[in-house]
Amino acid sequence: MASKLYQCMQKIGEDIIANKEFLTDLDSAIGDADHGINMARGFTEVLQQLPQEEEDISVILKKTGMVLLSKVGGASGPLYGTAYMKAAGAVAGKKEITLEDGRNMMEAVIGGIKMRGKAERGEKTMLDALEPAFEALNKGIEAGDSPEDCLAHMCEAAKEGVEYTKTIRATKGRASYLGERSIGHQDPGATSSLITLEAIRAFYLEQIK
Amino acid sequence: MVGLLIVSHSRKAAEGIFELAVQMAGKDHRIVAVGGMEDGSIGTDAIRICQGIKEANDGDGVVILADLGSGILSSQVAIDLLEEDIEVVIADAPILEGAVGAAVQAAIGGTLKEVAEAAEEAKQLSKLM
Repeated sequence: MASKLYQCMQKIGEDIIANKEFLTDLDSAIGDADHGINMARGFTEVLQQLPQEEEDISVILKKTGMVLLSKVGGASGPLYGTAYMKAAGAVAGKKEITLEDGRNMMEAVIGGIKMRGKAERGEKTMLDALEPAFEALNKGIEAGDSPEDCLAHMCEAAKEGVEYTKTIRATKGRASYLGERSIGHQDPGATSSLITLEAIRAFYLEQIK
Repeated sequence: MVGLLIVSHSRKAAEGIFELAVQMAGKDHRIVAVGGMEDGSIGTDAIRICQGIKEANDGDGVVILADLGSGILSSQVAIDLLEEDIEVVIADAPILEGAVGAAVQAAIGGTLKEVAEAAEEAKQLSKLM
C-alpha cells in the first residue's frame, strides 16, 4: 500500500498539476509564462518516480527534490528542489511528522530558499508566502493550538502573503525587469507555495475525518 | 588542464558556444556543454550539470560559464550535489565571450583562477574599439 507521505506528496503534486494553467497565467503577466508548465512537468515526474511504499519521510522528500532539480527547468527547479532536500534533512529517518517536525522542516526550507535565491521577504517571491506561514505555525504551536488550527493559521498567513505580493514590485528573477509594472500582479512562486501548504492542510484534514 | 563547462537553457546555444570554444582550445580540451533539459526543451537541469562537472574535471578543477537566472542557480545546486572533491568556480561573465577567453587560457595551461579571470575579463571587452 502507498505510504501516507506518498499520498501527501501525491495530493501536493495533483494540486500543482491542476493549477498548471493558473500558475502559467500568473507568470505570463510578470515572468516568462512557464511556472505552471515547469512545475506540472516536475511533479508529473515526481509522482511517477517516487517509491509508493517508502515510509521514510526523508527518502521521499529527498527524491522529490532530486526529481524537481532535473525536471522543472526554470528557477523554481533549483529553488523547490533545494526546499524539498532541506526539508528532508530536517526529518532524517522519520516515519511520522509532528507539528514540531513541520516547523523544523519549514525553517529549513526557508533557510534553503534564502541561501539559494539570495532573497529576503518583501521581494515578491515564495518567501512572502512561506515566512508568514512559518511564523503563524510557530505562534500556533507556542499557544498550544490544535494541529487543525495551527495549519489553518499557517494557510491563512500564506494567503495574506500572496495578496501582499500584489502590492510590491519584484526585485528578483525575470519579473524584476518589469520594475514598477510588476505591481498589481500576484507572484506565481508565492502562489505555488500557498497551493503546496493548502494541499498539506487538506491532506491532514482528510486523515482525521 | 582546467575544465570548462558551458551551461545554457538551450541545447543549441550550449552546443554552438562549445563549438566556438573548442575551435580556440584545439584538440586536447576539457570542455563540456550541458544545454536544455533531457528531452530537449528549454531549461536547466542541476543533475546533468553535476555530471558535466565530473566529465570536465581531470583534477585541475572546472570553470562554469552559465547563461541567465536558473543557469546560475542550477549550477550552484550542481556544485552542492558533488560527492567528490572538485574545485569549481562559476565565472561572472558573458557566456559566449567568456567561454572563448577561458578556453584559450585553459589551453595554454592556466590555473583555475587564471581561467576564471580570463572568462571574467570578457565583461570589459569592447567590441568597437
